[in-house]
Amino acid sequence: MRFFEDLQVGTRSDLGSFTFTADNIKVFARQFDPQAFHLDEEAGRASPFGGLAASGWHVGSVCMRMLVDQARREAEEARRRGEEIAAWGPSPGFRDLKWLKPVLAGDTIHFASEVVSLRESASRPEWGILEARNTGTNQRGELVYSMVASAFVPRRKRA
Amino acid sequence: MTAPATNSPSGTLVFEDFAPGHYGTFGPRHVSREEIVAFAAEFDPQPMHLDEEAAKHSMLGGLSGSGWHLGSLTMRMMFDAFLHRAASLGSPGVETLRWMAPLRPGDDITLDLDVLDCRASRSRPEMGFVKLKARVSNAAGTTLLELVSPLMIKRRSAAAAEG
Repeated sequence: MRFFEDLQVGTRSDLGSFTFTADNIKVFARQFDPQAFHLDEEAGRASPFGGLAASGWHVGSVCMRMLVDQARREAEEARRRGEEIAAWGPSPGFRDLKWLKPVLAGDTIHFASEVVSLRESASRPEWGILEARNTGTNQRGELVYSMVASAFVPRRKRA
Repeated sequence: MTAPATNSPSGTLVFEDFAPGHYGTFGPRHVSREEIVAFAAEFDPQPMHLDEEAAKHSMLGGLSGSGWHLGSLTMRMMFDAFLHRAASLGSPGVETLRWMAPLRPGDDITLDLDVLDCRASRSRPEMGFVKLKARVSNAAGTTLLELVSPLMIKRRSAAAAEG
């Protein structure tokens, strides 16, 4: 992962793709969001979604996983180059999360993340605060998911 | 724990059953270490959510649940509170979500719901938006999460038309 000083507004990362299946949609929904249109094909078809639809919290959680995997890849590359690895801190939250279109069984969603703002933390001088727009796009090129997340990013120690 | 009322003969909660104000307090829901680690292993495999030793050195100072786990648990608690008997059409999103304190293994979490406003949809006359504020707190009363999200709920006329 990168340090605060290495990031720029506009930097975009492609995080990879994930296919939502009837199985993984129902497993998540049974635990966290057992509304009929997330559990049953027939109920999904009868709903405005027009098919078995993933819970929005499932889509967000999968995006989180893609972000963590990307961070691991970046840490591995830094390790190979013999560079110091930046350990990111927790997220204070997000805003403007939009479930723009249903994610239906069989859809493959490509996730991406783009830095939208960077500022120094007033209370924690060793940290910066990043905002990134995380998005999901389906196999037809339609934006289905968008949100702006914040995270604490470590600053390089001054020599 | 309170039980929101409905005026609908079917017992299904429709848009007209909601009004601004405090809606209810629900729970508690116990969250085990096993659940925290299982969710993190699948969706958020960062050391602070998986491993006590690694978590000690993190900003959160000990094993904590993924924020997405807490958000998903909030969804489940909203389902159990009222959505299971509401004419729900889903949600367009979440306006804001704040993770204010870590979810810890063994926490018993409580959900507080407020209806912020109710607005009929202009483009879809069969439904309205019920904007909710959800606050999740632990047994000590510390707020862990706060979110604001509009839900789409069928209007009585549309729900009745379907029998």
